[in-house]
Amino acid sequence: MRDIAIVSFVQSDCVRDAGAQNEVELIMPVLRKALDAAGIQSAQDVDFTCSGSCDYLQGAAFAFVSGVDPLGAVPPIKESHVEMDAAWALYEAVLKITMGQAESALVYGFGKSSPGELPIVLSQQLDPYYMAPLWLDSISTAALQARTMLDNGDITEKDMAEVVARSRKNAKSNPHAQLKGDVSVDELLAEPTYLSPLRKHDCCPVSDGACAMVVATVEKAKEWGKPYAVLKGIDHRIESHNFGARDLTQSPSTQAAAKSAGVANGPVEVAEIYAPFSHQEIILKRALGLGDDTVVNPSGGVLAGNLMMASGLSRIGEVAMRIIRGDIKRGIAHATSGHALQQNLVAVLEEA
Amino acid sequence: MSDQNTEALEPITGIEVPVYLDYNFTAGRATARFLTGVKNGKLLGQRCPSCRNVYIPPRGCCAACGVATEEEVELSNKATVESFTIVHIPIPGNPIKPPYVIANLVPDGANISFLHVLSECKNEDVRIGMRVEALWKDASEWDYAMENIQYFRPIDEPDMEVEEIGRLKDA
Amino acid sequence: MADLAAVVGIGQTKYQTKRKDVSIAGLVREAAFNALTDAGLTWDDIDAVVVGKAPDMFEGGIMPELYLTDALGCNGKPMLRVHTAGSVGGSTAIVAASYVQSGMFKRVLTVTYEKQSESNAMWALSNAQPFSPHLNAGAGGFFAPIIREYMRRTNAPYDVGIKVATKDRLHGARNPLAHLQLPNITLKEVEDSPMLWEPLRFLESCPSSDGACALVISNEELAAQSPKKPAWIRGAAMRSEPTMYAGREQVNPQAGIDCAKDVYKQAGITDPRKDLDCAEIYVPFSWYEPMWLENLGFADVGQGWKLTMEGATSLDEKGDIPWNCSGGVLSSNPIGASGMIRFAEAARQVRGDAGDHQVDGAKLAMGHAYGGGAQFFAMWVVGSEKA
Repeated sequence: MRDIAIVSFVQSDCVRDAGAQNEVELIMPVLRKALDAAGIQSAQDVDFTCSGSCDYLQGAAFAFVSGVDPLGAVPPIKESHVEMDAAWALYEAVLKITMGQAESALVYGFGKSSPGELPIVLSQQLDPYYMAPLWLDSISTAALQARTMLDNGDITEKDMAEVVARSRKNAKSNPHAQLKGDVSVDELLAEPTYLSPLRKHDCCPVSDGACAMVVATVEKAKEWGKPYAVLKGIDHRIESHNFGARDLTQSPSTQAAAKSAGVANGPVEVAEIYAPFSHQEIILKRALGLGDDTVVNPSGGVLAGNLMMASGLSRIGEVAMRIIRGDIKRGIAHATSGHALQQNLVAVLEEA
Repeated sequence: MSDQNTEALEPITGIEVPVYLDYNFTAGRATARFLTGVKNGKLLGQRCPSCRNVYIPPRGCCAACGVATEEEVELSNKATVESFTIVHIPIPGNPIKPPYVIANLVPDGANISFLHVLSECKNEDVRIGMRVEALWKDASEWDYAMENIQYFRPIDEPDMEVEEIGRLKDA
Repeated sequence: MADLAAVVGIGQTKYQTKRKDVSIAGLVREAAFNALTDAGLTWDDIDAVVVGKAPDMFEGGIMPELYLTDALGCNGKPMLRVHTAGSVGGSTAIVAASYVQSGMFKRVLTVTYEKQSESNAMWALSNAQPFSPHLNAGAGGFFAPIIREYMRRTNAPYDVGIKVATKDRLHGARNPLAHLQLPNITLKEVEDSPMLWEPLRFLESCPSSDGACALVISNEELAAQSPKKPAWIRGAAMRSEPTMYAGREQVNPQAGIDCAKDVYKQAGITDPRKDLDCAEIYVPFSWYEPMWLENLGFADVGQGWKLTMEGATSLDEKGDIPWNCSGGVLSSNPIGASGMIRFAEAARQVRGDAGDHQVDGAKLAMGHAYGGGAQFFAMWVVGSEKA
């Protein structure tokens, strides 16, 4: 791939229930801000637009179609959509830019999860014949994974609580976070289990919201005269859907994607990891090969607020903005999809 | 093998797995305002601040310009048939019997059509440009739903020129 | 500049109302396996998999590609899932091609499917949504008024749609994979079939099918090693516009016009009727043939129906620009796959591998898909030569 400039990124606040706002109304403000930050007017000013969303979050077929409405797509635009987290929409944009068909792209993700019971809705991601009929929800499969790790001696419940305490603390400086504050490991461990061995705080909250990003070739970004971060590498891998065929305590797909994206080619100052459950951050940190000198989830991560279908892109955006602000020189971001970390994407970002 | 065993080996070609998911559906702020109007027997459109076209039902933004619509415009009960189809399939739970007419209707003052049922006329008399009006149900039955309008019916007005349907008039 | 890419393997299933003998995974694997076999390859030769299908609600599972990875030999590889409504089959092929055209991958597998028999697409398309009137009109009810407006503008005779419906079924009878096999269909039979959404009759509408379609797309170097003739991707384009906006031209959508112009420019086409040998165009309702003939520049505005009536698009009448030799969407419609089938059938033509529906000496062919309220378009042009 060629170097891609991330020029702007905006996400909405993570809120438990966006109330009367529909998806179009959630998307519009972040699109506006992301376009403004890149100094452009509308989707007409980029060569390609791609979004990520999931029909089932709002329970209607073709729910993504209305996502075109806020783009100002008259005259018609080059546009595509993935039924995945918008991090994969960014991947599609990277392909288009690398092949020379686009010099710039708008990428956005949106999800209003509050209308349904998200973990139950996600149970229908499982094998439709053997597993979905069991209504095994997304928290239960994560609990299976955590139990395996605890019983293996890979982690302790204290390790999990430490992840949560750090998330809440880091989120204090994140204006978009839904859950934040100072809470001690002891206090967390005193909480009752919710879905054993998980406590409620081990699970990410359900949030409504959207995010948007403008990317371009480095040449185009220079022409625009805006500061940017450089996407140096990005790759994604999937694993078996069959839990029995996987070692749930590891994430080989993350490991493979990290290798191919070039995580180890330099120091990792910051890693934004899409770990919807506390124990998964530990799995991912190991799979990404991160040491103690890497600051993990300075935003609080998705334990502080999880915009389904946008959280992956948000992780990349979080790192990009830290680079653009000059806080760091190099960082990585991760996105996941499916139950128990089945599919994973890794991106490497550096200063210009 | 006994017959019983052969029967047991019949291949399974399907299982029934009904999926029930409950959603607390939200219409959106713009549509919610529209539905509140309908609940009170009014058709409320919204005007695009950029191109000045009036949308009904408003869905939060002008899809052509990509900007939020805000200004509310009360529309007339009269509309023009932009196009139509005669449907020969029944609507579950609806007393209307096929064949019935579903029309794209542009209410006076709006610049976009919506679908609704056309009745009180012979299907073969329906034509593009035909003038119609909304027949509202009794006010006691009004809810936050377009079904408050039972159907549209023809009125005694000359047809609108096709080129004029939905066209933005200079204010 | 994009790298060259070519279709080196094509796999389809037989299209039919219900494939009770296979699961969803079995269905997609069958198409994928057929494509690999056609390309002389195995699962290990594939670098990435791109899956497309229409709304998840059609079968009731969410993001089914997560479950299909095992059946598609994708474990440890990149998997992407595209969803652009009815155009998805075409968009998915284009996204898969960009994996190779970017130079980032050498050889990818792309699969699209729909197993409509496992749920109820009509329900998913028009399930009652709160706050909007439930009219049970479905896709036919949405498109019929647009067709009526086309008829008004052009004064086309009432039987143009009947002619298209008959012609595509006769084409389909030459294609053993086609769902509807109606070798003896007559104009009268179509005309006498029940009216559904006037002016559309039952036989003027597409069937509801189970089926999958797969392609293997490779870079120039590997395509040269392919046992069968590659179909070179000479141009690929997508365009979108909103479903509803004030002043929208619905009969002849701008997105279709722009998309066609883009793909013709890439492929060096100036007169599509003359330069192309055949086309596989997404025509789920009969009247969309004359409408798309105009939208895609095969005929002047208002004149499309004349080509149809003259037999220009018919293989049996030895037309100069046969459309939908495979039988088209009117003969087989596994929704999510229907666009890719168009793209695949165009590739079969230029590979000279289209069996009884082959257009003699076809060198340049077009595949086309559209979706949503005729607002999402995906098109490609494939050729027997690289340029």
